[in-house]
Amino acid sequence: MTPMDFLLLTKGPLFSLAIAIFALGILIRLFEIFALGRAHNYAAARGNEVIPGLKTMYRRFNPDPGTFKRSTFDVVVGTLWHVGFVIALLMFIPHIELIKSTLGVSWPGLPNPVVDAVTAITLLGLVAVLIHRLTHPVKRFLSTPQDYLIWAVTFLPVLTGYLAYHRLINPYPLALGLHIFTVEIFLIVLPFTKLTHIFTAFVARYYNGAIFGRKGIQS
Amino acid sequence: MTQGAHSFSVERGLNAWREEIDAPVAAFFSSCVHCGLCAQACPFFVETGDPKYTPIHKLEPMRLLWEQEFTLWGKLKKTVKDRVDAQLGRAPKPLITDEMLEEWEPLLYDSCSMCGRCSMVCPVGNDIHYMIRKAREGMVASGHSPEGLVAASVRAVNTGSPMGLQWKTLDVQIKHVETATGLEVPIDKQGAEYLVLLSSMEIINFPEYLEAITKIFDHAGVSWTLSKTCFEATNAGIQIGSKDIAATLVQRVVDAAEQLQVKNVISPECGHAYTAIRWEGPNAIKRAYPFKVYHIIEVLDQLRADGRIKTEGKEMDRLSMHDPCNLARKSGVVQQQRSLMDLVASNFVDLKEHGEFQWCCGAGGGVSSNERAEPLKLAAFKRKKAQIEEVEPERMVTMCATCRTQLEEGLEEFNMDIPVVGLTEIIADHLVEKEVENKKAEES
Repeated sequence: MTPMDFLLLTKGPLFSLAIAIFALGILIRLFEIFALGRAHNYAAARGNEVIPGLKTMYRRFNPDPGTFKRSTFDVVVGTLWHVGFVIALLMFIPHIELIKSTLGVSWPGLPNPVVDAVTAITLLGLVAVLIHRLTHPVKRFLSTPQDYLIWAVTFLPVLTGYLAYHRLINPYPLALGLHIFTVEIFLIVLPFTKLTHIFTAFVARYYNGAIFGRKGIQS
Repeated sequence: MTQGAHSFSVERGLNAWREEIDAPVAAFFSSCVHCGLCAQACPFFVETGDPKYTPIHKLEPMRLLWEQEFTLWGKLKKTVKDRVDAQLGRAPKPLITDEMLEEWEPLLYDSCSMCGRCSMVCPVGNDIHYMIRKAREGMVASGHSPEGLVAASVRAVNTGSPMGLQWKTLDVQIKHVETATGLEVPIDKQGAEYLVLLSSMEIINFPEYLEAITKIFDHAGVSWTLSKTCFEATNAGIQIGSKDIAATLVQRVVDAAEQLQVKNVISPECGHAYTAIRWEGPNAIKRAYPFKVYHIIEVLDQLRADGRIKTEGKEMDRLSMHDPCNLARKSGVVQQQRSLMDLVASNFVDLKEHGEFQWCCGAGGGVSSNERAEPLKLAAFKRKKAQIEEVEPERMVTMCATCRTQLEEGLEEFNMDIPVVGLTEIIADHLVEKEVENKKAEES
């Protein structure tokens, strides 16, 4: 297989397969959650559920001062690389072009040098959180092979994208093919691992806010 | 509890969990990325530094069950594993064993006061204490709950009080209060506005509470009553994690309130009792109450807002306040106690993290009824101690008998000379005397 064959494979059938597994997988995961439902609550409510639920979906981006002080590294580096990842994914012009050609929607992107810098920061951030996971007593204690697996499948698309952009892998079809391939691994792994938190964290936050909101507390 | 120990088994425990796992639990388990931030929110971890006290780790057995039986991926893995085992002719390894639950028992009971602070901090939004409460149902059903809590539950079911306290003990106290105040303590008064409940801990440790409400309610002209058939507000079933016991105990309160046809039920200065009756009770008996439930602090603040409490003079020393988790974070009562403090304190300072972000005293959620947890209870208190040291109050005020006992014992342990008082008593101390009030009315 030539690099071009590999690129065509990743852009064609493999991409469709990955998208299908990802979409179906996430739908199943969300169905599994919502199908369980919640028992009827007979206690008289003090407050609303919906508004506090929606507020908590946002508020957990922005931790309370005590948590910030006690877990500064997690909050700062965690936020940094998550935001960096989303910027690289959604604000890089070739990505927007791809989304436009498949979904028909588009938005203005950021200049390439900006996305490049953000990507570099994201890579550094990801390396830093890996070191933190390996050294911090609580994180090391909690971590399972899956935690390292999802770190790797998150890190690789960013890394290969960075390498492809800087032409550090040759020939270019191979570089691009590797990038798309690692994205496909990410998409396929996502529904079966805690990468689902990309979607379910908002569900979890809503329930958290709703449960506390009913009792009159904004969580 | 009332059945023999032979009826408890891992399988019954797992069945209890299968019943407890709902959409929020599935969303929470799906979302945890093992960031460990919940550890930093937990006084049991912060003060021991032992990673096994990380809140989400306390739920690992229940998570395993959820993954295997409530996710497609888990079911697939199980099928493959079973096939491999069958091929190799070996018995499948059980997912959750008695040994595992035994190991987790101290994690779910001794090192968790269900204070809910981790639930406020988790970045993906997991309400961890909601899951701990559910996990305890499985621990009881599998026979893995602490002796101290089992004994308290048995006493509560058999005698009406987790401490085995009887009406005659309370009756002696009522007589004392009546002699000291010259007021009547109403008992079994039909159609009263409020049915007042007490906690055994309060009756034994803080008899001044009953005297205080007797004075305040007389002052404010509130119609109230105690019930001879049910005076206990706490619910050991909810602490240990047994819906059946919880329902039995809640039903007693409901029966007493319905029999006396009261409009409202007042939970005493006890945070746990309040969440038990206010939030869990109706779900335990699976119906809404025909009456409302208030914590005494809510009632006092309403009386204050209505101008029915007239006070004179203020406490001059530096006072700070401990918010009971059950009252503040878990029930939304935060402003009421501060409005009441304003009424009677001239030098009040809040702890730095208070209200919904307050730190637990370390004794709630059944920890104080579990003798085995004593060292951990004291360790967790060190977080509270550090908070108190930051603002250097001369006295602490709180509104929960368990918190108050823990604060008193903890402060004494560390040789800190800071008395702890109940808010209701302070209010009672500052009431304008009735004769003076009448005289004033006559003069004008």
